[in-house]
Amino acid sequence: MPPQNRPSRLLRNLNAKIASIPMIATVLVIFLGCTLWTVVHSFTDSKLLPRLNWVGLDQYTRLWGTNRWIVSIENLAVYGTLSMLFSLTIGFVLAALLDRKIRFESAFRSIFLYPFALSFIVTGLVWQWILNPEFGVQKIVRDMGFADFVFDPLYSEDYVIYGLLIAGLWQGTGLVMCLMLAGIRGIDEDIWKASRVEGIPVWKTYLMIVIPMMRPVFVTAMVIIGAGIVKVYDLVVAQTSGGPGVASQMPALYVMDKMFKDQNLAQGFAASTMMLVTVAVILIPWAYIEFGGRKRG
Amino acid sequence: MKYTKLAAALLAATALTNAAYATDLEVTHWWTSGGEAAAVTELAKAFDASGDKWVDGAIAGSGGTARPIIISRILGGDPMGATQLNHGLQAQELIEAGLLQDITDVAEAEGWKDIIKPISLLDACTYEGKIYCAPVNIHSWQWMWLSNKAFADAGVAVPTNWDEFVAAAPALEAAGKVPLAMGQQPWQTAGAFGVMAIAIGGQDLWTKVNVDHDAAAAAGPEMLKVFDAAVTARALAAKSNVQDWNQATNMVITGAAGGQIMGDWAQGEFQIAGQVAGTDYTCLPGLGVNKVISTGGDAFYFPVNKDPEVTAAQKRLASVLVSKEVQVAFNLKKGSLPIRGDIDLATANDCMKQGLEILAAGAIIPSGDQVLTPDTTGQIEDLMVEFWNSTTMTAAEAQEKYAAIIGAAE
Repeated sequence: MPPQNRPSRLLRNLNAKIASIPMIATVLVIFLGCTLWTVVHSFTDSKLLPRLNWVGLDQYTRLWGTNRWIVSIENLAVYGTLSMLFSLTIGFVLAALLDRKIRFESAFRSIFLYPFALSFIVTGLVWQWILNPEFGVQKIVRDMGFADFVFDPLYSEDYVIYGLLIAGLWQGTGLVMCLMLAGIRGIDEDIWKASRVEGIPVWKTYLMIVIPMMRPVFVTAMVIIGAGIVKVYDLVVAQTSGGPGVASQMPALYVMDKMFKDQNLAQGFAASTMMLVTVAVILIPWAYIEFGGRKRG
Repeated sequence: MKYTKLAAALLAATALTNAAYATDLEVTHWWTSGGEAAAVTELAKAFDASGDKWVDGAIAGSGGTARPIIISRILGGDPMGATQLNHGLQAQELIEAGLLQDITDVAEAEGWKDIIKPISLLDACTYEGKIYCAPVNIHSWQWMWLSNKAFADAGVAVPTNWDEFVAAAPALEAAGKVPLAMGQQPWQTAGAFGVMAIAIGGQDLWTKVNVDHDAAAAAGPEMLKVFDAAVTARALAAKSNVQDWNQATNMVITGAAGGQIMGDWAQGEFQIAGQVAGTDYTCLPGLGVNKVISTGGDAFYFPVNKDPEVTAAQKRLASVLVSKEVQVAFNLKKGSLPIRGDIDLATANDCMKQGLEILAAGAIIPSGDQVLTPDTTGQIEDLMVEFWNSTTMTAAEAQEKYAAIIGAAE
């Protein structure tokens, strides 16, 4: 039943709107404003201090002619794709296994989630030690009698990125598992009963029924993993400092180095703008399909 | 005691004018290794003795770590009393923005123009006719440090130049030594390359490339020789897996490595370890090939501060840093050369005397910080770290990239 004097659209939920003004202002000024400021200054020759001395696309030409940046982007692509894939797969499989009403479920859950409580710096250091050939995995296996065993991913230009990936997954999959577990538990018991009556095997139920029903959980997990991938910085600093050579560089390291170490703000801004563009290229079409295409409340 | 005399002298010098003041001054620097810390203590003692208080703000890590912290504090409106920076182009923008204190009056009152030698040190502190920093020492990169013990163990004579060193390398390796110790931080590999450029390429080529930014010279056949030598050095340092420079120096001190290409600050480490120049270790300025040293160094800058008392204390510190007594005490500990031509370092060791001779002969070049911006330096460091860790990048490939960086330098 509609109210008799329907207030104008603007005044509806006035309290809520007033309450959200600080947040809206923050978004406009901090996020949007600073982003624009950064993009604008990426077309200048700002060095230590920002200044508006236009140089057109020079910073971008230099950026894409720099080997270290190209390696960074390739690393991000490899790390990002694999990290997304493995986080979701391992997270879901672990969640599904825990869901099978095993004994000591909460103990396992704590163990899997525990790495998430550690910072990336600690994670990076721990895995630097584990993967160190002189006292890590390689040494242990060699001491067991396999004298020729070689496992030193952090010292190989080709494999160092997988060394980072292992550490990243170890840290992050626990959280994904918990999200997935919550999602699985949210599925109505009746669905399971129905599938049992129909005689559908358990794995098929998960794959064909449960996963499609868990779509929102997957979206949440992907956003969380994705944000973690783009901003990966401390893990690399702690584990490899971008080495050996430039083999494990990431875009965020390039931005930090250019802005603060090399006193070249504009170059750092250009690099961070490219990071934003990369994210936008992936995110906007996806968000359009996810939220814009269909009206789903 | 040397200190009490020194303190008394300083006290007498400052008591007349500033006796009433006692101001705390936070001084940031990145001198944290053993020899460096001993040297910085000399500065603190001298300043404390003059009635003020030196609040030590050491920032661990190299200049690359500390400089961003220092600069962001100045930019962020939380200036320290004084700070170490390598003089040259690093501070220029801070001066332009009016964030650093002009100390021309101190310099004029004490006649820095006449006592500071070489005068290029003061020029590097000068911007548009005003002086903004107090130089404290001359540091030169162009040294190679050799472990006499390592060569004795390997049964070969201690080399007197780079070529002999390369020739002796197989014997060192056979004796289980790492021929060349090299810390893996970017500034070290880039610095070592710079030393090879001046030692093997010669002064003319160095000036063309680094001062005139001549890309053609950087791409030329003379420069290729430098890159070839760097490829050799890369192979000799392949088994050196330490990070910090003083760890690499320690390999030389203990005889685990044959030598290290590192600036004269390494000398402080040898001294702390009780080693004697000539008998325990040998130094080769300019790798023993071209005896040229660069005259960069450390300087203290004084960020603009609102409190007039702090400003007065900053000026007092500036005068203490340049004073004769402090120059002697500090540089002997630091292993660097003093900035004044009018003091006698009778107690200087062999290597420092060699340095002083080269300085007196005028075989000097400006330091990298004075001729290249941090941006260009950063690009060269990126290239060097890639080159130094790669097993496949050839001399020609690295040279091509290097020439492009030099061509784009401002």
